[in-house]
Amino acid sequence: MSKHAKTADLSGLYPAAIRESFVKLKPRALWRNPVIFVTAVAAAMTTVLGLRDLLAGTTGAGTSLHVSAWLWLCVLFANFAEALAEGRGKARADTLRATKSETRVRLLSEPDESPGHAAEVLSTALRPGQYVHVAAGEIIPTDGEAVRGVASVNESAITGESAPVIRESGGDRSGVTGGTTIVSDWLVIRVTAEPGKSFLDRMIALVEGAERQKTPNEIALNILLVGLTLIFLFVVVTLPAFASYSGTTIPVIVLGALFVTLIPTTIGGLLSAIGIAGMDRLVKANVIAKSGRAVEAAGDVDTLLLDKTGTITFGNRMADALIPAPGVDMRRLAEAAALASLADETPEGKSIVDKARELLGSVPVMPEGAEAVAFTAQTRLSGLDLADGRGFRKGATDAVIRLTGQTPPQALGAQVDAIARSGGTPLLVAEGGRILGAVHLKDIVKPGVRERFAELRAMGIRTVMITGDNPLTAAAIAAEAGVDDFLAEATPEMKLDLIRREQAGGRLVAMCGDGSNDAPALAQADVGVAMNVGTPAAKEAANLIDLDSDPTKLIEVVLVGKQLLISRGALTTFSIANDVAKYFAILPAIFVAAYPGLGALNIMGLASPSSAILSAVIFNALILVALVPLALRGVRYRPSTAAALLRRNLLIYGLGGLIVPFVGIKAIDLTLVALNLA
Amino acid sequence: MTLLAYAVYFAVLVGLAWALAAWMARVYTRTLPAPLLRVEGALLQLCGAAPDRSMGWTAYALAVLAFNAVGFLLLYAILRAQGALALNPDGIGGMAPDLAFNTAVSFVTNTNWQAYSGEAQLSYLSQMAGLTVQNFVSAGTGMAVAVAVIRGFVAAKGSALGNFWVDLTRSVLWVLLPISIILALFLAWQGVPQTLQGAVTATGVEGQEQIIARGPAAAQIAIKQLGTNGGGFFGVNSAHPFENPTIASNLAQSLAILLIPVAFCFLFGRMAGDRRQGRAIFAAMAVMFLAGLAVIHAYEVTGNPAIGIGANMEGKEQRFGAMLSSLWAASTTAASNGSVNAMHDSFMPLSGLVMLINMAVGEVIFGGVGAGFYGILLYVVLAVFLAGLMVGRTPEYLGRKIEGREVTLAVLAFLSMPLGILVGGAIAATVPAALASVQDSGPHGLSEILYAYSSATGNNGSAFGGWGAALPWQTTALGIVMLLGRYAIIVPLLAIAGSMVRKPQAPVTSGTFPTHGPLFVILLILTVVILGALTFFPVLALGPIAEETARLAGQSF
Repeated sequence: MSKHAKTADLSGLYPAAIRESFVKLKPRALWRNPVIFVTAVAAAMTTVLGLRDLLAGTTGAGTSLHVSAWLWLCVLFANFAEALAEGRGKARADTLRATKSETRVRLLSEPDESPGHAAEVLSTALRPGQYVHVAAGEIIPTDGEAVRGVASVNESAITGESAPVIRESGGDRSGVTGGTTIVSDWLVIRVTAEPGKSFLDRMIALVEGAERQKTPNEIALNILLVGLTLIFLFVVVTLPAFASYSGTTIPVIVLGALFVTLIPTTIGGLLSAIGIAGMDRLVKANVIAKSGRAVEAAGDVDTLLLDKTGTITFGNRMADALIPAPGVDMRRLAEAAALASLADETPEGKSIVDKARELLGSVPVMPEGAEAVAFTAQTRLSGLDLADGRGFRKGATDAVIRLTGQTPPQALGAQVDAIARSGGTPLLVAEGGRILGAVHLKDIVKPGVRERFAELRAMGIRTVMITGDNPLTAAAIAAEAGVDDFLAEATPEMKLDLIRREQAGGRLVAMCGDGSNDAPALAQADVGVAMNVGTPAAKEAANLIDLDSDPTKLIEVVLVGKQLLISRGALTTFSIANDVAKYFAILPAIFVAAYPGLGALNIMGLASPSSAILSAVIFNALILVALVPLALRGVRYRPSTAAALLRRNLLIYGLGGLIVPFVGIKAIDLTLVALNLA
Repeated sequence: MTLLAYAVYFAVLVGLAWALAAWMARVYTRTLPAPLLRVEGALLQLCGAAPDRSMGWTAYALAVLAFNAVGFLLLYAILRAQGALALNPDGIGGMAPDLAFNTAVSFVTNTNWQAYSGEAQLSYLSQMAGLTVQNFVSAGTGMAVAVAVIRGFVAAKGSALGNFWVDLTRSVLWVLLPISIILALFLAWQGVPQTLQGAVTATGVEGQEQIIARGPAAAQIAIKQLGTNGGGFFGVNSAHPFENPTIASNLAQSLAILLIPVAFCFLFGRMAGDRRQGRAIFAAMAVMFLAGLAVIHAYEVTGNPAIGIGANMEGKEQRFGAMLSSLWAASTTAASNGSVNAMHDSFMPLSGLVMLINMAVGEVIFGGVGAGFYGILLYVVLAVFLAGLMVGRTPEYLGRKIEGREVTLAVLAFLSMPLGILVGGAIAATVPAALASVQDSGPHGLSEILYAYSSATGNNGSAFGGWGAALPWQTTALGIVMLLGRYAIIVPLLAIAGSMVRKPQAPVTSGTFPTHGPLFVILLILTVVILGALTFFPVLALGPIAEETARLAGQSF
C-alpha cells in the first residue's frame, strides 16, 4: 500500500473545520442542504422569540434561549461534519498542488526535432497536440503520451509509489502524468490535456470536493429528506389549530423545537460528509473517480470482468509438481530438473529450481566449468552441460523426445497428457539420452482469490475471467480460481460483445483495462477502471483510474461503492427511527396541560415539560456530532448476501435507532436535572 | 370459539381471493375463453375503443381523468335534476349544488361519503343510473389503474401500461358484474328489497302510521361492498335491516368487502411471475389488519365499565353483536369501503384509533379495490428506497431501480394524506362554519373531525355518526379532499409506473434486496406504521388517545 493509505489524524483539521462551520452559516451555503437550511431558519426564529421574551421579562425566556442555542449547535455540527470531510481532502490537495508548479518547458514543433532547437515556453501554456521534450531530473509538465524515447519515471507524487516505472513510446505504457518526474533518460511527449484540465488538476478538484456533484442516489435521498421535512412541516404547522381546539396553546419556540427534532437532521447533516468521505476512501485506495456516479455504479455492479494475468494468477507459469518416470527416484529427478534450470533466468526456470529446493531441502550450486545451453525457438530446450560430460535438458515434450530418440514410458506419457488436458504445460527432463520425468508447469492462482470470488458471489456479483489462453487452459484456471465464467482467446471485440450481452440482460458490468484496444470496452462498461500506466485513450474512456495500476483494485472499488450506499441508508434509517422517541419526549410535554391523562405517554419519566423538550433538542444535536466519525469512516461492511446485510443493518440502525434516543434523552434529562439546568 | 370464527372467515376470504386472482390474471392478460373475448371485443368495438392501442402513462392518466370528469358531470347533472326526471315515485326534489358536488365527487372517487340520506334525498333514477353506475365504474377505474401500475413494475422494458378503456371494461364485465349478480341474488334471497315501487305506508302495532322506505337496494348493495364503495341505499347503511337482514347476509357482505382487495395481492404475484412477491405484500397487509381487528375486538367485547357490564353495545345491532360489528368495522375501514353495520362513533376510543389509522395511512391495509394495492406500492417504493440502500446497491424493486424520479413522485403522492387530513382537519377545527359539524365536546369531537377528513382523503366514506356532514363548508371541503386523496395519488403512481417500465430489469442475485421474505414483510409493516405514526401521532394523541386516558380517569365525552 502507498503512503496515502495511512489514516490521517483528523485532530489537526479541527481548528479549520470549526472555523469553516461558522463560514458555512451563510444562507447561500446553507441553502445547498435544505434540511439544515430549514433547521437554521427555525433556530433563527426561536432566537428572535427568545430574545423578545428576555426583553419583555417573560418567564421561560432562559429555556427558550437554551433551546435555540442547541438548534444553532445542530446547524453548526452539520457544517462541521461537512467541513471536516472537506478539510481532509483539502490537506491532500495541498500536497498535490505543491507538485504542480509552473516551469519552463522545451516545446518541439515536430516529435523528432532536436531538443537543442526547441523554444522555451511556460508549462501552463501547453495545449493538446503540442510536443515537449522532458529530460532526466525534470518534472513532466502535463498529461500526455510518450511519442519518442524510453524513460524511467518517478510517479510517487501521484501514486505514492516510490519505485520508478518505465514509460515508453508505443504500446500500452505510453501514458504520462503531469507532476511526475523523469529519473533517467528522456521522453518526447505529445500533450493531451487542456490547460487546467490535467489529471492532477482533476484530482485536486476531486479531493477538495470543489467539483463535487451530487450523485443520483444522493439526489434521490435528498428528495426524500425534503419530502419528510415537508410532511413534518404540515404536522407542526397544523398542530396549533388542533391544540387550540383542545383548549391549549403551544409556544412557537416549542413548535420550532418539535419541528427540528422531527425533520431528518441527522442524515441531512451528514449526507454530504458521507459522500465526500466515500470519495476520499477511493483516493486513499489510490483510485481517482472521474465522477461520483461511477463510484455509486460500482456498488451496483453485477458482473466483474477480470483479466486473468495479474488479477487471478501471478502471470507466469510456475512449476507445480515433478513427476518421475517409472523406476526413477524423485530425488534424482529433482536434482536433474534443478541442474537443467540453474542457468535459466526466466520465472519458469526459477520456479523449477524453487520446486526442487522444496523437495530436496537444498539445490546444487552452479558446478565449476558447467556450460549453459540456452533456449532457442528451434530446439525449444534448455539445460546445462557439466564438465564431467553429463548433460541435463528440459523442454517441450516433443523436443525432448526428438533429442533423446525415446518415447516416455507409458505411465509417464499418460501423466503428461493429463497435464496438457488440465490446461497446464508439461516439460520433460532428461539426463543424457534418458527421460527422467516431467515437470508440471501451470499458472498459479494467487492465494486468497478463490475466497475473494466466493465473497463476491455471496454479494451477488458474477466474476468472468478474461484470458488470451485457449479454452482448455482457461477452463482449468477458471475452475481452480472459482470464477463463475471465463472468456478464452479473448479479443477486444469479444470483450465488448460480452459487456453488451451482460448489459442487455440488465446487468451492470465493471472491468479494468490498460491498452488502447481496451478503450471501447472501458467506455461501454458501466464501471471502467483504467490502469494509470495505460494509454491516454484507455484513461479517457474509463471512469475510474487506478494509480497503482493494480487490476485487483476493481474489487476494492466495488466495496467502497457499496459502503457508501450502506452508510447513507443506515444513517437515514437511524435518523427516521429516532423520531419515535422524540415524540414520546415532546408530545406529553406539550399536551399534558390540555389533557393531564396524556402524561401517560411520558414513558421515559422525564422530569418536566421543559426538560423533556430541551433533552430532545440536545439529543438531536449531540447524535449528529456523535455520528460524524461513523459518517467519515463509513459503516462497517463485510461482504455477504443482501439478505444478511439487510438483517444486520436493520437490527443495528433500525432497532438501534428506535432504542438509542430513549436511552439518550433520558440520560440528558437526568443530567439537566442534576445540573439544575431545567 | 371466537377465534375459530375469525379464522374460518379469514380462511374463506383468502381461499376465495386466491381463486379470484387466478381468474383476474386471465381477465387482464387476455387469456379468457374465446367466446368471452368475442363478447368483450364486440363491446369495445361498439364503444369505439381500440383495444390494441396501448397507452403510455400520460395517455392512461388522461383517459382516467377524462372518464372520471365526464362521470362526475353526468352524476352531478342527474342529482341536480332528479326532481324532474323519471323513476321518482316519492317525488324527491333536486339536490342542492354543494351537496350534489359532494355526492358526485364522492361516488366518482369511490369514496361514497354520504352527506345525504338516500331514502329521503335520492330518486330511484339517481340511485340506479347515477350512483350504482359509479359504484361499478369508480371501482373499475381503481382496478384498471392498479393493473396498469402493476404492469409498470412487472412488464418487459419499454412496454406500455395497457389500455384504460379495455382494462376498465374487463374489470366491470368479467369481475364486478358477475360477482355482483351472484351477490345481489343472494342478498335478495336473504330479504333485501329489490323493487321499483315507492315507499309503503304501514300501520304499526301502536296504531301509528309509518312510512317504510324501500327500492332497488339489493343490486346496489352488492356492488357497494364488492367495489369497496360503501354508499348505502339507506342512510344507516348496512345496519339497516333492509340492507343487511341476516347473519348470512352479514357474512356475505363482510367477505365481499375484502374479496377484491385481497385478490389484488395474489394477482400481483401472478403478474410478476413470482407469487412470493404477492404473498409478501398480502402478509404485511394481513398482519396489520389482524392487529387492528384484535384491538377493536378486545375493546368492544370488554366494553366500557363506566356504562355497564359486558360488551360495548351502544350503536350496535343486537343481531350482530360486538364481534361481527368489530369485524365489519376493521374490514370497512381497512378496505376503504365505508359501509357500516354499527355506529363507529360509539366504539371505544382506541377502536376508533385503529379505524382512524386504517384510513389515515392511506387505505393501504387491503384498501379500496385497486386503490389499496397501488397505495401499498407507494409504501413499497419508500420502504425499498429507505432500506434498500443498506444492502449496498441502488435500491431496486423487482429488478428495477428506484431513483430520484420515483422518489419524487412517491413523496408527492404521499403528501396528499397529511395535506388532506392535517391541513383539512386543522381548518375544520378552527373555522366556525366548519365547527358546527362537531357533535361532541372534548377529544371525541376532534376524533370526529379527524375521522371525517381521514375518511374523505382515504376515499373511505364512513363517518363518526354524530358528525354533521351536510354543512356547506364540509360538503365543499371534503369534496376537495376526496379529489386530492384519489387523483393526487393515481397520477403520480401512474407516472412511477411509466418511469419504472422504461428501466431494464436486473436479474435477481444474492446481492439483490429480497422483497419476498419475512424480513421484507416486517420492513413494509414498519414503514407503514412508522411513517403513518410519525405523521399522525400528535393529532391522534389529542383525539382518541386523550379520550382513552380521560376515560380511564373516569371522564367520558
